[in-house]
Amino acid sequence: MGLDIRWPIGLMFTLIGALLAVFGLVKGSESVSLGININLIWGAVLLVFGVLMLLGAIKGGKTPPSA
Amino acid sequence: MQAIQLQWIDYTILIAYVAFVIGIGLALSRYMKTSADFLTSARSIPTWVTGLAFISANLGALELVGMAASGAKYGISTAHFYWVGAIPAMIFLAVFMMPFYYGSKARSVPEYLKMRFDERVRALNSFAFAVMTIFASGISMNALAKLLHALLGWDYNFALFVSSGVVLLYVLKGGLTSAIYTEVLQFFMIVLGFAPVVYLGLKDVGGWHSMNSALQTVATNPAAIYLKDAGTTYAPNAWTSAWQPVLAGPTHNPMGVDWFAMIFGLGFVLSFGYWCTNFLVVQRAMAAKNMTAARNTPLVAAVPKMFFPFLVIVPGMIAAALTTLPDKGYRIPPPVIAQANYDKAIADVKNGNAANIADDLGKKVDAGKITSLIAANTASKLTDTQIEQGLYNSVAENDYDGVILSLVKKYCPAGLLGLALTALLASFMSGMAGNVTAFNTVFTYDIYQAYFAKGKSDAHYMWMGKVITVVGILLSIGAAYFASMYNNCMDIIQLVFGFVNAPLFATFLLGMFWKRTTATGAFLGLFGGIGSSALFHALTIAQGNTPGIKGGYLKVVSIFPSEMAQNFWLAAFAFIACFTLTLVISLATSRTKSDADLKGLVYSLTPKIVDNNAPIYQRPAVVGVVLLIVCIILNLIFW
Repeated sequence: MGLDIRWPIGLMFTLIGALLAVFGLVKGSESVSLGININLIWGAVLLVFGVLMLLGAIKGGKTPPSA
Repeated sequence: MQAIQLQWIDYTILIAYVAFVIGIGLALSRYMKTSADFLTSARSIPTWVTGLAFISANLGALELVGMAASGAKYGISTAHFYWVGAIPAMIFLAVFMMPFYYGSKARSVPEYLKMRFDERVRALNSFAFAVMTIFASGISMNALAKLLHALLGWDYNFALFVSSGVVLLYVLKGGLTSAIYTEVLQFFMIVLGFAPVVYLGLKDVGGWHSMNSALQTVATNPAAIYLKDAGTTYAPNAWTSAWQPVLAGPTHNPMGVDWFAMIFGLGFVLSFGYWCTNFLVVQRAMAAKNMTAARNTPLVAAVPKMFFPFLVIVPGMIAAALTTLPDKGYRIPPPVIAQANYDKAIADVKNGNAANIADDLGKKVDAGKITSLIAANTASKLTDTQIEQGLYNSVAENDYDGVILSLVKKYCPAGLLGLALTALLASFMSGMAGNVTAFNTVFTYDIYQAYFAKGKSDAHYMWMGKVITVVGILLSIGAAYFASMYNNCMDIIQLVFGFVNAPLFATFLLGMFWKRTTATGAFLGLFGGIGSSALFHALTIAQGNTPGIKGGYLKVVSIFPSEMAQNFWLAAFAFIACFTLTLVISLATSRTKSDADLKGLVYSLTPKIVDNNAPIYQRPAVVGVVLLIVCIILNLIFW
């Protein structure tokens, strides 16, 4: 099928990751769990994951992954 | 427990997720040209995608909730449902069975049965599967809607209709491909949504080793946190070792099972019966783009499956461990109790009526804790909130299904909370889409096309597939309401499906690997297997249960230490009965299919697949062996 699933996955996690991270930065006091700003950290993790997926999709072009 | 309050950021995450899954459905709708596109993805999808969908379709919300519950109740032994009860069967499916499913060009598992045997076997399997899928879906929807109602205060009907409406929309637009693609997205959502909860829980409990030492306290006195009846005690490693307590015998592990039932009943009969014959999962592999991809699908799936215990079972273990540490202010949640009942009990605490409190709450209470709560209130007036908290801690019953969300609530600030709840909804939707897409294919091809409307145009079947998708979802909603109203009927229905499923693998095993198996043998063997599991159930019971729906209603011939042991032995018994009957009847009846008819359907009559030209990491046999070794190592680590 013509849709590379890495596009939506990448876009969604980039978006949600960025949102969480920014929320963690701006509302630091509301984002703390057990003394760590978990929204910021986990937002960043999701962001990195999303960007990696997008890079994979761009690099893969229109051809689906060969695996 | 107070309802969790969601903030705008949580809703934003939830809505973003919903928008993306619907978007995937819309983006795929223009590729849906034939009924094969819609119902079978026209065999076009790469391995890693079908592999993750394979695992995600199986990972429903009930599994997430249930595995955390079992983690608290039984500890690391729960991982046997993965390491014994899934991985070997998934590898067997990939290496030995996929060639027949994929190579036969069957569009569904029932259709394979028709090719191998005859219409009778197909009819039995497809009707049972269709009905079972609807009820399974309904049970899961009911559970989720109840959970969302109890914890978020959402309206039951709202939760039911909105979540199934979303699934309907994207499955209707993009068919099986859409279900598979969204399952991949949901897979990542589930893993990334729950991982931080596990991390925070482990951090709070003081790391893996602290968790284990707290669980040793649990094992020596499980009654202290209301896990077992007073006086029950196990070796300290009963929650933290996977094999030693099981090998020591059924009275030495909290599951109450013996090693034979574990390995033969769960690891062979139930596990192979589910993973190798259930169209819900097999369908994902059948959508792969070629034979190698199809065979590698369960193998790709086995990798995350093997490590899922750390995501879904460890939270339960954390919850049990935290409950023993008083300074953490956590307990495994008690059953949900209405505020009115709490109010009555609060009044009785103030009046010092200790004897009334169990009745007020409608639950068993810890008399010692109630006495000290009343004493504390007499010494210095407590606020109503403090008393309610004290009562909450005094309820001597656990609601294990609440474990996972109680941890989410405890550790997740706004934002992360939205992510974790979205993960829960994602698991629900992936499970439901799995059921719906398997149902519409089996119904359209194996029931409608086979018995009601042969030889219509493809456009007609495509149209029918869509109608059946809508009908399937409506029926699931109906089943959910039925489940919410008649819980006992649901128990009976699930019981009957247990009987139907238990012997199934014997039929497949003989059919695929012994060409002499006849259609009559398979058909009567299946019936015999179903009958003997019902009989087995009617004659046995688990300790502590009264004869009736739990078994033993004819006569109690044998008593098992736990329901789980009863189930495992029932499966083993049904398998042996079906296997023997099929074998004997096959020998007594003459073959109706020649060797030529069975080419591609039976092991000995099918040319061996030569995959020597594939790179070594893509050869199913090689990958399968490597995965099996990794799985054995995991078992040894947690021995």
